[in-house]
Amino acid sequence: MTVLLIALGAAVGAPLRYLTDRAVQSRRGSAFPWGTLLVNVVGSLLLGVLVGWPAGPAVSALLGTGFCGALTTYSTFSYETLRLSTGGHRLLALANVLGSVAAGLAAATAGYAVARTLIG
Amino acid sequence: MPEPFEPRTDPDVDLGVPADRSELTTRPATVLAAIAAGGVLGALARAGLQHAVPHPPTGFGWATFTINTSGCLLIGVLMAVLGHLDGGPPLARPFLGVGVLGGFTTFSTYAVDVQQAIVAGTPGTALAYLAATLLGALVAVALGDAVTAGLLRRAAR
Repeated sequence: MTVLLIALGAAVGAPLRYLTDRAVQSRRGSAFPWGTLLVNVVGSLLLGVLVGWPAGPAVSALLGTGFCGALTTYSTFSYETLRLSTGGHRLLALANVLGSVAAGLAAATAGYAVARTLIG
Repeated sequence: MPEPFEPRTDPDVDLGVPADRSELTTRPATVLAAIAAGGVLGALARAGLQHAVPHPPTGFGWATFTINTSGCLLIGVLMAVLGHLDGGPPLARPFLGVGVLGGFTTFSTYAVDVQQAIVAGTPGTALAYLAATLLGALVAVALGDAVTAGLLRRAAR
């Protein structure tokens, strides 16, 4: 059952990352990877809420391990940083690293705190 | 032999690459299904590793660290191979890159693990995990890309 819930969450999360990335890129023509930053921050926020709540095993499997896990990505983040760096955008690469880690951590902290406060 | 590497920044989808731009209009269902299927496989592999090597909130998340660094090594390898093949088979990037590796690696678990280590009163572990994952991932992706590209160049000569 857990396996099925993880699979279901991932089957939605991974395509949603792709579609979000496309939508963001079609609106912003910049070299900075806003789309990946957005999915990573939103996924970190949601996972923070789930952990702070705390969600039961079924909801954690579906939304946490499955959806948030597949929506967010470290591989895309690291590859984009590499390409920015080797493509002459050293400053953007650094901004991507610092911005992603700071925003992801802030989002996880905010999600956790909000869930704790609301459910208490 | 010239290097046919694409000027791609985003391995998920890069609208600067013509094939990426058109793939969702030519066959949207196939592309999205390939991404979903790959994402399911990657997520299940991640869940299996995390289940096999659990860690307390005060401990170093070795499973997720290994998942993220190995996934970054593999995206470097994959994109170098696909770049060498002029993009490769049309569904290779959506299935393997966006799906399997995107679903395997995770930023949310990374961020929440760091946050949980801070909440648990072990900021040293939090900082070590934060920095080790970041450095490990960046070294891994650079290594995967450089070694693969180098090997392919040598093989092509």
